[in-house]
Amino acid sequence: MAPKTGFAVIGGTETRVDGLEKVTGRTRFADDLSFPNMLYGRFLRSPHAHARIRKIDVSRAAAMPGVHCVLTGRDFPIPFGPLPISEDEYVLAFDKVTYVGEPVVAIAAIDEATADAACRAVVVDYEELDAYMTLEEALEQRGEPIHTEHRFGNIHKAVSLEFGDVAQGFAEAEYFREDVFFYQGNTHMPIEEHSCTGVPEGIDRVTLYSSTQNPHYGHRLIAKALQLPGSRVRVVATPAGGGFGGKCDTFSHEFAACRMALRTGRPVKFTLNREEVFYTHRGRHPVLMWSKIGFRRNGRITGMHFRSFLDGGAYGSLGVATTYYTGALQPCSYRIPYYKFEGTRLTTNKPVCGPKRGHGAPQPRAMIEVQMDKAAVDLGIDPAQLRLVNAIEPYSKTINHFRVTSCGLKECIEKVVEVSGFNDKWGRLPHGKGIGFAISAYLSGAGTTQYPSNGPHSEVVVKVGRFGEVQCLTGSTDIGQGSMTVHASIVAEVLGLHASDVMVINGDTATTPIDLGSYSSRVTFMSGNAALEAARRMRDQIAAVVAATFGIPADCTEFREHKVFNAVNPGQSMAWEDACALAESKLGALSSTGNYTPPDLDGPYKGGAVGPSPAYSYTALAVQVDVDPETGMIDVEKVWCAHDIGFPINQTLVIGQVEGGIYMGLSEALFEEMDYRKSRLEAPSMLDYKTITVNEMPEIETHLICTHDPEGPFGAKEVGQGPLLPAIPALLNAVYDAVGVRIDEVPCTPDKVLFAMERKADGRGGRIGPTAFPEHATTARAVRAPRPAEWENGNEGRMN
Amino acid sequence: MKQMALALRVNGEEKPVLVSPSRTLLEVLREDLNLTGTKHGCELGECGACTVLVDGKPMLSCLLPAAQVEGAEITTIEALGGPSTPHPLQLEWARLGAAQCGYCTPGFVMSAKALLDSNPEPTREDIKAAIAGNLCRCTGYHKIVEAIENFARQRKADQAIDRSIDTTATAVRAVALEARG
Amino acid sequence: MLRLPEFEYAAPATVGEATRLMHERGGKAMLLAGGTDLIPSLKRRQYLPELVVSLHKVEAMRGVREADGRLVIGALTSLDAVAAHPAIRASWPALAKAAASIGTPQLRNQGTLGGNLLLDTRCTVYNQLEEWRDAGGSCMKSTGVKCHIVLGSKRCWAISSSDTAPVLAALGAELRLVRHGDERTVPVVAMYRDDGIDYLTLQPGEVLTEVLLPPVGKWDRSAFLKLRRRGTFDFPLLNVGAAVKFGADRIVERISVVLGAVGSAPQALDAQKFLGGKQIDDAVAVAALQAHAAKRATPLPNTDSSHVWRKRMVQVYTARALKELVA
Repeated sequence: MAPKTGFAVIGGTETRVDGLEKVTGRTRFADDLSFPNMLYGRFLRSPHAHARIRKIDVSRAAAMPGVHCVLTGRDFPIPFGPLPISEDEYVLAFDKVTYVGEPVVAIAAIDEATADAACRAVVVDYEELDAYMTLEEALEQRGEPIHTEHRFGNIHKAVSLEFGDVAQGFAEAEYFREDVFFYQGNTHMPIEEHSCTGVPEGIDRVTLYSSTQNPHYGHRLIAKALQLPGSRVRVVATPAGGGFGGKCDTFSHEFAACRMALRTGRPVKFTLNREEVFYTHRGRHPVLMWSKIGFRRNGRITGMHFRSFLDGGAYGSLGVATTYYTGALQPCSYRIPYYKFEGTRLTTNKPVCGPKRGHGAPQPRAMIEVQMDKAAVDLGIDPAQLRLVNAIEPYSKTINHFRVTSCGLKECIEKVVEVSGFNDKWGRLPHGKGIGFAISAYLSGAGTTQYPSNGPHSEVVVKVGRFGEVQCLTGSTDIGQGSMTVHASIVAEVLGLHASDVMVINGDTATTPIDLGSYSSRVTFMSGNAALEAARRMRDQIAAVVAATFGIPADCTEFREHKVFNAVNPGQSMAWEDACALAESKLGALSSTGNYTPPDLDGPYKGGAVGPSPAYSYTALAVQVDVDPETGMIDVEKVWCAHDIGFPINQTLVIGQVEGGIYMGLSEALFEEMDYRKSRLEAPSMLDYKTITVNEMPEIETHLICTHDPEGPFGAKEVGQGPLLPAIPALLNAVYDAVGVRIDEVPCTPDKVLFAMERKADGRGGRIGPTAFPEHATTARAVRAPRPAEWENGNEGRMN
Repeated sequence: MKQMALALRVNGEEKPVLVSPSRTLLEVLREDLNLTGTKHGCELGECGACTVLVDGKPMLSCLLPAAQVEGAEITTIEALGGPSTPHPLQLEWARLGAAQCGYCTPGFVMSAKALLDSNPEPTREDIKAAIAGNLCRCTGYHKIVEAIENFARQRKADQAIDRSIDTTATAVRAVALEARG
Repeated sequence: MLRLPEFEYAAPATVGEATRLMHERGGKAMLLAGGTDLIPSLKRRQYLPELVVSLHKVEAMRGVREADGRLVIGALTSLDAVAAHPAIRASWPALAKAAASIGTPQLRNQGTLGGNLLLDTRCTVYNQLEEWRDAGGSCMKSTGVKCHIVLGSKRCWAISSSDTAPVLAALGAELRLVRHGDERTVPVVAMYRDDGIDYLTLQPGEVLTEVLLPPVGKWDRSAFLKLRRRGTFDFPLLNVGAAVKFGADRIVERISVVLGAVGSAPQALDAQKFLGGKQIDDAVAVAALQAHAAKRATPLPNTDSSHVWRKRMVQVYTARALKELVA
């Protein structure tokens, strides 16, 4: 519990401000809300993966007693998408269905049973089309593409970026590794099923209460799809019962609830059942990857060429960003002098992939870290040392023009090596036991908005009342990560109060100012900075008034312990409540605003806006496993993690994110997969979609590395996503150390381990994984970007 | 279908309800009695979010037709204490950040309560076994185990102090703890 | 929220009343014990009974008693109670272990021994909501005629997933079945049929009331092993129930090994043939039994994990079960 230097609140372990509500079951989640005269919405969903809709007959359904509203695709003729460059989706299937589970008809009725019965009474005449269920089928594209409006058929997005001439980098190499790796798709599975209620307000306004991570983006999209002025829509994010990226997109049920509320004049609630949540998905993309890395004998990387094929599912979602992310962060962790990246996202007839914790980064991270482990073995360098040799340094430019400021990667590596005893264990544990190592980098907020805007990314209002009550208004949403506590802590620190003294009102597009949402680990950094600015401005207003009373300059006041002190004469102070009443009597309503807009970080090339962040977190991690050589079953014994947090606003929250991220990483590494049998999910249930339970969870030892980021609020950086990333490859590397086989696939299941061991015993090489990579020429226009100036003269990116 | 008049006993109160026989305890609690502290994550018995106590035992309210628990004592999260009067277990739970999104929390707390009521000094393995029917996606489970462990340890320490002072006080305290629970 | 279909409900207090109701309503009534298997299947609309007959008031079907040197377990006894019962733990630890391995603590508090024995067969194609179950064509266990697991199959391959059945079958336990005006006792093995749809030999209207364990001393040791990827929640991917009676010099006098979750019924192996009269660790005999077990097991891609791996595990777990019998 080292941090908390010189602060009263920041760096501490205060109980989260919403903690007691949550443990007593009093938190009102979306499905806990009910409104007078409420109707219930249900969807009729597509039973086909790919089919043309010839005719929809809703007449029987519409005539059923208790049915109040029936909507079809014609009611939402405007296509939408979270990214303006990829608006290919309709609220209800328009003329085609493109995956099993796609909403086709929405019905609101007096209860769910009636709505369900009405859905069954709808007759849809489909003309089935050949479905594209795999990357290969999508690439081959033997029939009608899924989206005829896409320029390159089933190729949704292709990217080709080269920084310097990678051939030159390879020419300097003394050793190469070329590998292929497959990371299976998986899903968020929040325990709370998606739920929302649209409530009509007045004559032409609608309020949507929804379990969403991004009310602001939802507001924009709902107005667009419903063809309403933005001023007629209000979105209130209810506390999300788990997000993990799964409640980032705006969903059919949210649009439909709003439209139906306006149409019927009654509140309309949709709550998805668990199988619908699985089909609603927007989770981790399956990604097939190929990577070639050139090394010198001393382990220094000379160049990297990385290629990815993403299986995107039926629509674009945020997939353009995902595609870039599969190539963005490799140079952010390692000093790669020459780098080429080609990524292609394909459309397939499956539920839509989108952002899941780590968004596009876990797949390449898993591959690269396994590849580094293989290189370490081949080069005879220990894996941690190989990372140290190549680790990115503080204050440097990556080869793809990302600006790295604070960076504790080396400290993280050294810490994990020390506490895990890695050097004494790696290669030395008895057969069956092994330890694996990996590192990662992640962003503290995306530097770019999802739609073009020059406005701030985060805005915060702080209000103070006559009785000393403090409110912090933020559009950000608390999805469990503790953003309300982060805001309360920052404001409390500045005003000399306890976090519990600050009431945080959040995620309401009518009463709180704009925040882009809880995604890309942006809230602490961006909204935290806005809160800090607003709090300081509030402090300055009050300070001016109190200082005048004290007869001192305003900057000679100190706010602490619920008082305003005279710094010149510390014997003199004014109680916080008195100071507020005084300031309000002089100034009128006390409010202040704070804003955060990230600096312009875009790289000087097309696509240079995806990936840059005002700061990057770094993580190093070791996993120790015990593998049963007879079954291939993996028991994870312990995890050691060091995370460069910059500085923790609240240590309890930070440790919670580290442990939760590692949990989710291990769960993906061992179990989670969206597996299809023909067009249907094989395991759309919480029983069959395996996730780690308390039984499989190993002990975790966490160390926080404080690098005090110069731009983060109180030096803070992200923690929500980073620690997930290295857990996956570290586990794969540990399996290799334990039983000598390479599983170049995620998840790493016991059958794969056992079969790899058998292959090894048979002399067929101990590896399970893809053997081929599609030699499909990219449709992307090749973008060749110059190496940053910081890479000239052997400077390797250092910004001097 | 014919509605059934049921005399349920929830959190020590008589709760007469008139419901269809196909209505589960989960629906009755949340929708008829407005006790929304009990959550649902699958409605198929696969997540533990809807755990309540039936005669002191943790059970899944999504799998119980309300008619089957007539006459039983049903305890939900609402009985354990509100935000201003939390059970000491809940305080520890909040303090450690064992609730992140908080959605699975009521179910976990009920499983933990059943354990702590029947086993005064649970080992770490006992704790893990007791919450092995509850899924959490946020925490990685550690803080949950720790919260239960800390509470049990603290309770034992408190009781040891009480014993050394006055055995009657122990009983009083136990009653008080129970009343709070 | 996923909800139950509408049904009529009855909660008789006696076995007689229950059997009468089942008799009167023919195939349109279903029995509800703990509900951990039936309620999800009703919610998925896998069955749509007119009448649900809840047994929870039939106190006579609950609890463990001793009769003629045998333990008799009421079918309504919760799995938790079976797992915790001192006499069961002392005499038949494999049964206690099997019961303790089922589902989760909550499911064991609600679920009953009878319910676990009569557990519906499981298949990932079938165990989905009707919307998805029927997407791409309904299967024969649902409303269709095809099997999506074994293409062209005439039978259903849904998996017998009971954990207590293989143990009780290995022990040679018996089941008491009561129906209107009739009663019979059958060995556990005889209850099952290797057919995913018609998986029980239970007669229409019959109620399983009691499980009769063998006389204490019939076996020296019993064992239960279960393969699954997580230590909780999961149904077995494979389980093994085994029991042995040793003769002089630790020679196997009688041995019984039953595999579960690798077919639509528990598979009783010819263990006596391979190991009778031999040492239990006789390498040749063990290898022969392993090969025999693998032949008897038909894991298919209708549950978690690859069926090839599960087939391999049959051999590993068969050997491990034998080891457990002497551990």
